[in-house]
Amino acid sequence: MTKSWLVIRSQKSLFSIRLDRRVPWVMLTLAIAIAVVMILSIGYGEYPISPLDVVKTLLGIDTGTADHAFVIYVLRLPRAITALLVGTGLAVSGAILQGLTRNPLAAPEIIGVNAGASLVAVAMIVLLPSFPLVALPVAAFTGALVAALLIYLLAWDNGSAPIRLILVGVGVDALAGAFTSLMITFGNIYDVSQALVWLTGSVYGRNWEHIQALLPWLLVFLPLSFLLSRDLNTLALGDDIAKGLGSKVEWQRGWLLLTSVALAGATVATAGTIGFVGLMAPHLSRQLVGASHEGLLPVAALVGGLIVVLADLLGRSLFAPIELPCGVITAAVGAPYFLYLLYSNRNA
Amino acid sequence: MKHAATKPSPPSAPPSAHSAHVNLLRLIGLGIGILLLFGCLIASLLLGAADLDPRTIWQALFAFDGSTEHLIITTVRLPRSLIALTVGAALAVAGAITQGLTRNPLAAPDIVGINAGAALAVVGATFLFGSASSHTYVWFAFLGGTLAAIAVYVLGSIGRSGLTPLKLILAGAALTYLLSSLTTGMLILSQRTLDEIRFWLAGSVAGRDFATFTSVLPYMGIGLLVALILSRQITMLTLGDDVAKGLGLRTAWVKATATVVVILLAGSSVALAGPIGFVGLVVPHLVRFFAGVDYRWLLPYAAIAGGTLLLLADIGARIIIKPQELPVGIMTAIVGAPFFIYLAKQKVKR
Repeated sequence: MTKSWLVIRSQKSLFSIRLDRRVPWVMLTLAIAIAVVMILSIGYGEYPISPLDVVKTLLGIDTGTADHAFVIYVLRLPRAITALLVGTGLAVSGAILQGLTRNPLAAPEIIGVNAGASLVAVAMIVLLPSFPLVALPVAAFTGALVAALLIYLLAWDNGSAPIRLILVGVGVDALAGAFTSLMITFGNIYDVSQALVWLTGSVYGRNWEHIQALLPWLLVFLPLSFLLSRDLNTLALGDDIAKGLGSKVEWQRGWLLLTSVALAGATVATAGTIGFVGLMAPHLSRQLVGASHEGLLPVAALVGGLIVVLADLLGRSLFAPIELPCGVITAAVGAPYFLYLLYSNRNA
Repeated sequence: MKHAATKPSPPSAPPSAHSAHVNLLRLIGLGIGILLLFGCLIASLLLGAADLDPRTIWQALFAFDGSTEHLIITTVRLPRSLIALTVGAALAVAGAITQGLTRNPLAAPDIVGINAGAALAVVGATFLFGSASSHTYVWFAFLGGTLAAIAVYVLGSIGRSGLTPLKLILAGAALTYLLSSLTTGMLILSQRTLDEIRFWLAGSVAGRDFATFTSVLPYMGIGLLVALILSRQITMLTLGDDVAKGLGLRTAWVKATATVVVILLAGSSVALAGPIGFVGLVVPHLVRFFAGVDYRWLLPYAAIAGGTLLLLADIGARIIIKPQELPVGIMTAIVGAPFFIYLAKQKVKR
C-alpha cells in the first residue's frame, strides 16, 4: 500500500509535521458529527428544545422563549461540554498507554490507573466533604500516579514485560476497588450517595465549575501529548531501535507516562470512571488514519469525545425518564469490544 | 505450569513406607485443621457487637430459654457462622478445581467471571420478579454462572495458543467488567432492587436466616461430595491432557463434570453471600504447601482452610469498626488482591 503523506513544514522555524493524508478529512467529519450529536443532546430532555432553537440560542439569537437560554447555558451545555472534554482526555490517555506498552489491550481502566484515581477522589469526597472541587483533579491525579508507579514497580523484573504489567494492573485494580468499597461502607450516607453517582461514570449535573477545574489540565497536557507524539512513534519500534535512533528512551517514557496519567486522573476526577473509552477510541482511530501517532492522537481525541457525548445522549434516552450513567453505556459497548480485540490478537 | 510441590506423589503410586509416613503427617494436619476450624467457629459465635461468654452458647444451643442473648446466638450468629464456613469451603474447593482444570495458578471462579455472572443473574431476577425466595435465587445464580463460564472458556481458548493464563485472566476481567456494569445499570434503573441488594453485592454473610441456608445447602453438599469423588481424576488432569488420556481417563467427561461442580459451588455461594472474591484464589495456594498436588488431599484441606479463612475474615469484618461492620468481601479482597499480584509476578515469567 502506498502511503501518501501530508507534510507541513515551515521554512523559518524548526517546525515540521507529517500527517497521514486522511487526517484532515477525518477530523473535519468527526468535528461535524460531534457538533450534530451535541446539538441533539442539548435539545433532548424533559424540556425538549428543537435543534434549530438550540443553534439560535448558542449563537445568541433570541428564540422568543426566555427559558431556552437558562436551560441551555446553565443546565445542558456544561454537561455536553464536560462529556466532550472527558472523552478527549480518556482517549488520548489510552492512546499513549497503548503506544508506550506496545500492547493493544492496555487502557487506563483495565490496568488500575482509573481505579487509583477514583479511590483517592472517593476518599476525598467521603472523608473531607469540604474538599474544594477545583482540587479534586489534583487528588485524583495523585491517586492515578501512585497506582501507575505501583504497577510499574511491581511488574518490574529486569524490564517491564507487557503481560506482567497487565496482570499486576488487574490486581491493583481489585485492591483499589476494595478500598473504594470500604470508603463507601464507612461514610456518611449523603456523601456516599454523591460518591456513588460519581463513581459509575456520569456527567450528570456537571456545571461550569467542573469545566473550570478540568480545562487547565487538558490545556497543558493535550498539547504536550501532541508534541510528544513523535517520540511514541520511535518507541513503538522497540527499545533497541529507539535507542539506536538516538532517543532518550527512559526520559521519553517518563514524560509520556506522566501525560497519560495526568489526563486520566483529571478526567476521572471530573466524571468518574467512564470505562473503555481509552481502549476503544485509539483502536477506532487507528483504523481511520493508521498508526502514526502525530495524526492518531488528535483523531483519537475527537473519537473519544464523540463516544462519550453519544453515550451520554443514549444513557438519557434509552430508559427515559430514568437515566443511565454514560459509564454503563460505554462499558456495555466497550467490554465486548475488548473481548473482540482479545479475539483478534489471539495468535499474538 | 509448575506447582510448588514438596512431595509429588502420583495418585496411583503403590503405598510405600515413605508415602505412608507422609500420609500420616497429612492426616494429622487435617485433624489440626479441623480443630482450628472449630475454634474459629466458637470465636465467631462469641465475638461481635455484643460479646458473649462460652457458657451462654452452650445453653442457647442445648437449653434455649428465649432470652436476648440466646436469640442473638440462634437467629443471628449461628446462621451467619455456618454460612461463612460453608461458603468459604465451597469457594476454596471451586477455586482449587478451577486451577486444576485450567492448569492456571491465577484462576478462580471470581477472577474468570463466574461470580459476576451469578450476581448479575440474581440481580436481574430481583429486578424482574421482585424479591424472589432463595430457592429461585440459587437457580438463577447457577444459570448466570454457567453462561459466564461458557463465555469465558470460549473467549479464552480461541486462537492457536489455546487457553493461556493471560487470555483467560483478560477475558475474565473484561467479562467481569461487562457483567458488573450491566448489574450497575439495573440497580440504577430500580431503586428498590438497589436497596434490597446493596450489602449483598459487596459480599456479605450477615443477615441471612436458617431457611436461606438450608435451601442452598443441598447444592453445596452435592458439589463438595462430587468434588471429593472426582479428586483422583482431577489430579490426573493436572498432569496434562495427553498424560491423563494415556492413563485411561475420559478427559472430556471429567472436565464437564468438574465444571458443573465449580458452577454448583460458586453459584450457591453467590446466592448465599454475594460475590466474595479471592478466597478461591488464595486458599488452594496456601494449602498446596501442606497438602501437595494430590487433589485427594488438596480438596479436603482447601475446604477446611477456606471455611477457617472466611470465618476469620467475617470476625474481622465485625470487630474492626465495631459496632458497625464491613462486608466480608472487602476484607477478603484487601488480603487477596496483593496475593494475586504476588502470584502474577512469580508464575508469569516471560
